[in-house]
Amino acid sequence: MGLAKRIIPCLDVDGGRVVKGVKFLEIRDAGDPVSVARGYDIAGADEITFLDITASSDNRDTILHVVEEVASQVFIPLTVGGGIREVSDVRRLLNAGADKVGINTAAVNRPELVREATDKVGSQCIVVAVDAKSVAGPGEAPKWEIFTHGGRKATGIDAVEWAVKMAEFGAGELLLTSMDRDGTKIGFDLGLTKAITDAVEIPVIASGGVGNLQHLSDGVLKGGADAVLAASIFHFGEYTIAQAKEHMAAQSIEVRL
Amino acid sequence: MQRIAIIDYGMGNLQSVSKALEKVAPTDEVVVSSDAAIIQSADRIVCPGQGAAADCMKALVASGLGQAVIDTVHTRPFLGICMGLQVLLSRSSENNGVDCLDIIAGDVERFENPLTDESGARLKVPHMGWSEVKQTQPHPLWKGIADQTRFYFAHSYYCIPNDLSVVTGTTEYGRSIAASVAHGNLFACQFHPEKSAASGLQLLENFTQWNGES
Repeated sequence: MGLAKRIIPCLDVDGGRVVKGVKFLEIRDAGDPVSVARGYDIAGADEITFLDITASSDNRDTILHVVEEVASQVFIPLTVGGGIREVSDVRRLLNAGADKVGINTAAVNRPELVREATDKVGSQCIVVAVDAKSVAGPGEAPKWEIFTHGGRKATGIDAVEWAVKMAEFGAGELLLTSMDRDGTKIGFDLGLTKAITDAVEIPVIASGGVGNLQHLSDGVLKGGADAVLAASIFHFGEYTIAQAKEHMAAQSIEVRL
Repeated sequence: MQRIAIIDYGMGNLQSVSKALEKVAPTDEVVVSSDAAIIQSADRIVCPGQGAAADCMKALVASGLGQAVIDTVHTRPFLGICMGLQVLLSRSSENNGVDCLDIIAGDVERFENPLTDESGARLKVPHMGWSEVKQTQPHPLWKGIADQTRFYFAHSYYCIPNDLSVVTGTTEYGRSIAASVAHGNLFACQFHPEKSAASGLQLLENFTQWNGES
């Protein structure tokens, strides 16, 4: 038996609270990141990702308190992304108890940040978020480009080339999100996923578009993903983590049961 | 009440280790310290670590904490985690070669690229995620943990001890690698027990109760 494919629930956190809450866990406070994270740990999640979407800079430090609290009660890996601009932001999150830090827009603005961060804290702590959109015209070969600002702003950077560059810069892992599929529930962009997983030596987490359990399996079997990330299908109780793992195991995907 | 000291040489996330120990040993005193005197007076010692080998060794030497490791590693229950295992070997090939503490004779090497499993399928590096650990020797720290339990790994380099009899657990990743080693009162693991859910906490709890004999 080898390495298990990971299932990672992702939570959006704004000002220290889980956005929209979580509706399946039997917890008193569905907006409390600690309760939600603990619930997912018990449910068998392999890892948890927090995306800090706090817009106000006054509230930037709230995520540090959240991470401290979660790290003191949840003993599975915790990745935190959102709002990282400098190596000092990475260090603060790691010192608060995060295991990995996700870098997104800041890497696009200044790729050297990834190298600086991995030199300081090690590759295994740095996840680069790759937000990509299909830009191939009709009849053209598949092609994807990096977008920022939630998919609104094109960068002109080819997604596959970018993934390779980030791996060369020391990223320990890529969190690949299809901005075309995000929120659609029609499944991962498997062409994109396969193109990226084939191109890099580092693990790739597939994200964006999961609407059912077969989508998770497809991400691994057809997309070659090392881990699958989803939000709403777990948060709103459509499926449990255990159901997801059973479904994947039935298709001979190794999971941690 | 006993004191468990976590060696803080400025490399990595010590919060998770200390919180996990506080959880499994609520009546013990858990201290994170960079003071060699405090470490040398502790009943048990945990040496974690993340990052690059050269930085870790530089930090251990500069802080004088490498000497604290050498002074204590044979005299009381001692747990090394991840880089805290790798620095115990003789040398690492990371950063073009780094001399380590040479407490366990052997080398630390990077996974080859490309890396494949026995079926020829490509394996990613870092080795990141949950892999089964085969308990190749009985040890008090395995108490209550089923053989082939999955633990969380996050590493690109792995240890090759000269004397394979120190290996207490292995995992498969392109080859059989040492997942844990033990020698006298020392136990050290490549995986992260503080991130390995219930089984990891069990191992940490076993450590807090271990008398240091194998």
